[in-house]
Amino acid sequence: MSTDTHLAPPAPTRPGGQTRRRGARHLWHQLAADRWAAAGAGGVALFLIVAAAAPALCALAGQDPYTYDLDALSDSGAPKGFGGGISGEHWFGVEPMTGRDLFAIVVHGARTSILVGAGATAASLLLGVAVGLTAGFYGGWYDRVVTRIIDVLLGFPYLIFVIALGAIAPTSLPKPLLLVGVLAIFGWPSIARVVRSQTLALKQRTFVVASVALGAGGWNLLVRQLLPNLTATIIVYATITIPSMIGAEAALSFLGVGVPPPTPAWGRSIGDAIGWVQTDPMFLVFPGGALFFATLAFNLLGDGLRDAFDPKTRGVRR
Amino acid sequence: MRLLRLISARLFGMIVTLLVISLITYAVFVLLPSDPAQLSCGRPCTPERLADARAFMGYDQPWAQQYLAFLGGIVAGRTFGSGAAAVHCAAPCFGYSFRLNDSVTHLILERIPVTFSIAIGAALLWLLIGVAAGVVSAVRRGTAIDRAAMTFSTIGVSAPSYLVGLLGILLFGFTLNMVPVNGYVPLTEDPVGWLWHLVLPWCVLALISAAVYARLTRGQMLEVLGEDYIRTARAKGLRERRVVGRHALRNVLIPVVTVFGLDLGSLLGGAVITERVFSMPGLGALLLDAVGNIDLPLIIGITLFSAFLIILANFLVDLVYGVLDPRVAR
Repeated sequence: MSTDTHLAPPAPTRPGGQTRRRGARHLWHQLAADRWAAAGAGGVALFLIVAAAAPALCALAGQDPYTYDLDALSDSGAPKGFGGGISGEHWFGVEPMTGRDLFAIVVHGARTSILVGAGATAASLLLGVAVGLTAGFYGGWYDRVVTRIIDVLLGFPYLIFVIALGAIAPTSLPKPLLLVGVLAIFGWPSIARVVRSQTLALKQRTFVVASVALGAGGWNLLVRQLLPNLTATIIVYATITIPSMIGAEAALSFLGVGVPPPTPAWGRSIGDAIGWVQTDPMFLVFPGGALFFATLAFNLLGDGLRDAFDPKTRGVRR
Repeated sequence: MRLLRLISARLFGMIVTLLVISLITYAVFVLLPSDPAQLSCGRPCTPERLADARAFMGYDQPWAQQYLAFLGGIVAGRTFGSGAAAVHCAAPCFGYSFRLNDSVTHLILERIPVTFSIAIGAALLWLLIGVAAGVVSAVRRGTAIDRAAMTFSTIGVSAPSYLVGLLGILLFGFTLNMVPVNGYVPLTEDPVGWLWHLVLPWCVLALISAAVYARLTRGQMLEVLGEDYIRTARAKGLRERRVVGRHALRNVLIPVVTVFGLDLGSLLGGAVITERVFSMPGLGALLLDAVGNIDLPLIIGITLFSAFLIILANFLVDLVYGVLDPRVAR
């Protein structure tokens, strides 16, 4: 979350959606021309399709992520056969000790990742934009308090706090919901900071000053004048926050304090793989690869979007 | 004098932040429905025994009073219970783990060398690699070196440290048999073994963050190199090495230090993950054990201790910032 890129405020949009629509098409062309961004977009689409179609894919493979298959294991608990038990029946092999189908686990793990990742991102954005916008716009003591809270939260060892909190939260609270909430609490400050600084810059612009002079109210200014001009920033931040949230969920599951078993989660599979690295490396490779490529796809798309919105940063990757 | 004023202002801010954070953390953890007395009471747990355990641990007090007692413990130490069974916890007392029968401070101090060894070594390595790679990329913009560094950085940003760590163990530990696959040896016992056990964790933790810093440094460097004063420096005939290394780098380092200050929290988190990957008995392992045992005083103690640590480190980063950028101290 530390890649603070300075986004230039987007060009002021003229009233009437015309400019913006043309902007969107222009954006689309730029993305299509950037092969890395296009690859990222493809990867994200694939990830979303897999997550959505997880039950169908499992039905196709004739597997589910919960059924034990002890016949696929040797006496030591390690999968029998080549590459962690890869076969026509088990496409990615099986989980050591339980013999559960690894393909089904990885495919269903995508669901867990995107649910927590997107949920936490949405919550962070909502909170971050609301706080950043109002703090930048109204200023005064409210702004000072908000800035201070942001500074503290950004420097906070959040992983440690989340680990601790996860352990003692009431068990009646669904764990994914708790994760979304906690990740959002530590996710909004970086968004709020960017939105705030952009709002400060926008506030000086003629169209805002003119609106104020014409007697526009606070709500009108915030939602109708400022927010549309922050769209680019918000889209870019959404795209780069999702992978960091997916990563945070995976890290917590890896440490054993994230999504509880038996719900499939990539991070937990990777954590389980610690003891099997030598004997069954494929148990690490499949969930690890899925996590890596999903994160990479989102990051590539996010970089591409940022370049498309802000020509200044272009050429960083090619 | 200015620096002194800066320091005292920051110090005051730090203390306020510490108080607020400790209050919130304490409130969150104590208000949640978990009862350490119940857990340590044993079976059969009669109501009298439970009440005794609560009184002994200080959980019979209202939480505000518990919090004050906790703060008092940090400053002056505190004693749990009374008479022959009393347990004293010397200052600075971050609580007492009734489960492990030890003061939280002592438990933390035992584990700190491991976590610090990982974190400090990795941080040095990542600053060095990241800034160097960023500067080279910026100066050699558009060349193969630049492209390679930036491709690597995109991959590095997306790869979780534990995944890279496990693959590293597989490759360098099991397959090539170059480094130990897990564990920790104290520096004082065996410096070479210490280094040997830490090489892989450092590299894993550092390479991933170095990717972020390389991008940041590159972007800043490109921006700074376009400034007028760089043109002036070049125009007056300074060598390129000096222009980049002296004039430009100093301004590039300011945002790098800022980001580094913000990353200290995640550095500690990264150390926790690294400890798990390499089975090292550090602070993170202690915390995960405490979580597994629902050892509430230990959990609170570690959380607050880490928060204190990060805030203190940020204070130090602020001072470095003041040295790097004289405008701040004004």
